[in-house]
Amino acid sequence: MHLLEIENLVVEFETAAGPFRAVDGVSLHVDEGEVLAIVGESGSGKSVSMLAVMGLLPWTAKVSADAMRFAGRDLLSLTASQRRKIIGKDIAMIFQEPVASLNPCFTVGFQIEEVLRVHMGLDGKARRARAIELLNDVGIPDPEQRLGVFPHQMSGGQCQRVMIAIAIACNPKLLIADEPTTALDVTIQKQILDLLMNLQIETGMGMIMITHNMGVVAETADRVVVQYKGRKMEEADVLSLFEAPKHNYTKALLAALPDRATGDRLPTISSIFNEDVDGGAPA
Amino acid sequence: MSEVVLEGRNLVRDYHVGGGLFSSGRVVHAVKNVSFKVEKGKTLAIVGESGCGKSTLARIITMIDAPTSGDLLIDGDKVDIVKDGLTPEMRRKVQIVFQNPYGSLNPRQKIGDVLGEPLLVNTAMPAAERRDRAMQMLLKVGLGPEHFSRYPHMFSGGQRQRIAIARALMLNPRLLVLDEPVSALDLSVQAQVLNLLADLQDEFDLTYVFISHDLSVVRYIADDVMVMYFGEAVEYGSRERVFSDPRHDYTKTLFAATPRADVESIKARLARRAA
Ligand SMILES: Nc1ncnc2c1ncn2[C@@H]1O[C@H](COP(=O)(O)OP(=O)(O)OP(=O)(O)O)[C@@H](O)[C@H]1O
Ligand SMILES: Nc1ncnc2c1ncn2[C@@H]1O[C@H](COP(=O)(O)OP(=O)(O)OP(=O)(O)O)[C@@H](O)[C@H]1O
Ligand SMILES: [Mg+2]
Ligand SMILES: [Mg+2]
Repeated sequence: MHLLEIENLVVEFETAAGPFRAVDGVSLHVDEGEVLAIVGESGSGKSVSMLAVMGLLPWTAKVSADAMRFAGRDLLSLTASQRRKIIGKDIAMIFQEPVASLNPCFTVGFQIEEVLRVHMGLDGKARRARAIELLNDVGIPDPEQRLGVFPHQMSGGQCQRVMIAIAIACNPKLLIADEPTTALDVTIQKQILDLLMNLQIETGMGMIMITHNMGVVAETADRVVVQYKGRKMEEADVLSLFEAPKHNYTKALLAALPDRATGDRLPTISSIFNEDVDGGAPA
Repeated sequence: MSEVVLEGRNLVRDYHVGGGLFSSGRVVHAVKNVSFKVEKGKTLAIVGESGCGKSTLARIITMIDAPTSGDLLIDGDKVDIVKDGLTPEMRRKVQIVFQNPYGSLNPRQKIGDVLGEPLLVNTAMPAAERRDRAMQMLLKVGLGPEHFSRYPHMFSGGQRQRIAIARALMLNPRLLVLDEPVSALDLSVQAQVLNLLADLQDEFDLTYVFISHDLSVVRYIADDVMVMYFGEAVEYGSRERVFSDPRHDYTKTLFAATPRADVESIKARLARRAA
């Protein structure tokens, strides 16, 4: 049994111009203790497919799938109250836009302690101690002081780390990290990735790492799914992907690293990857 | 000698936080005595650890926030927003792309209107022309005509980032401050946006202050590099100098921590993991 199993997921949005298919038949799975990276171009449905797992899409979204199971339980047929018990505890997500995901009206400390209260049933003193410990783990200086500040008094990267602290607070079985280190410099990024990977080894949690940073993929993933325009293009273990990318889109993705720039303009995916020729069939 | 568009002299910014029930509050020294100069058509990149004061400095440069002390000069004129306020001329000249694009977009405004608004507020351009300009810019940042009448929440993270960049460019600014503009973007769009910025710089002699924590991006785009650490500029020099001869320990650490995407490193990691 896989920890998370998705078969043929389709998400369509109602828009003024008619329905728009953001996710078009994606299947994937993650096991306990495994790190799956999802890479793919902007707008290819990475966040939307994971928000569908979390049940957090707006009402304009129509979600269907042949299967969507977490630890054997059917996620599509959960009642709202069953879902609330799982989401945020057993399945936690680090959202892509940290500043927008934190509540501007509550202090950072309150927001961390709230998940500990709801899901872990800790008393006030234990919650506070755990909140300080979490802020310390994500590398925020003076954690005690910082409990009392509001999100707008923190830097972008500090907000992102508060989100991470909230997501790992309840030792989830599955952690979905949506671009978790975009706001962080490489030194803090390294600290955060080490933290997540150690936690992952310690607790055996499964992890889905959505990222556009091929360096992050190289440093964390066991397996990689490459997505393009709502579809899965390629799936491979991390070494094969870097050693011998099969799909032209994947090759283009690796070639677009600024490190590999020649001349005074960067190669773009479209200059390497011809959608008409390569775009049709999913891998 | 070329013109200096932007100059900071001993800029300082303190924040007072706390002062709640049990504590008397304290002062965060977010920016400590930072000085720099940027010439017309050049790019100054600012890198540094999360929380070291980059966005604070960006807000001072774009005259959103006043420094606690020190001077900001734009085109050689001293700017004091506390005393003199901000003229529409100044506002047009200097634009910013914020670090969190979602928070800076009005959720009730369609993208076409988001892009047209700066023109509506600052120019007498007729509606049809505003529409055309907005559409052109939308295409320039790699989005499609079908996006014109959608609302901000209907976009992916990377798409919203491009909308924020497009909006900042609508008024043909002279100085553009970009706060982590490409960090949320996948590589293809990142390349597209960086190329666009380079094209615009060539075309209009634009001056950029480019905040980023991605060294490969900085290396590609910057003329000069300033490294900040706990509010201080610990290193400041030409791109060539900083990359070939980093002097401060933090800069060296920064170079060493860059993730490795070569096959040998992946093999080594997998071996450690299996052990
Ligand atoms: N509420 C919505 N209404 C209509 N379209 C939407 C909505 N939310 C997302 N979309 C569209 O669905 C597509 C997939 O979005 P998603 O956020 O999953 O992209 P992504 O792969 O995470 O991209 P990024 O790397 O930029 O974050 C995009 O084209 C986006 O514009
Ligand atoms: N309004 C505020 N009130 C109090 N402290 C603040 C405020 N804004 C920022 N700070 C603090 O000032 C310091 C510098 O913040 P700033 O946002 O400039 O950092 P940054 O370099 O942009 O970081 P990042 O890379 O994470 O975005 C941080 O310690 C932050 O917590
Ligand atoms: Mg996304
Ligand atoms: Mg910042």
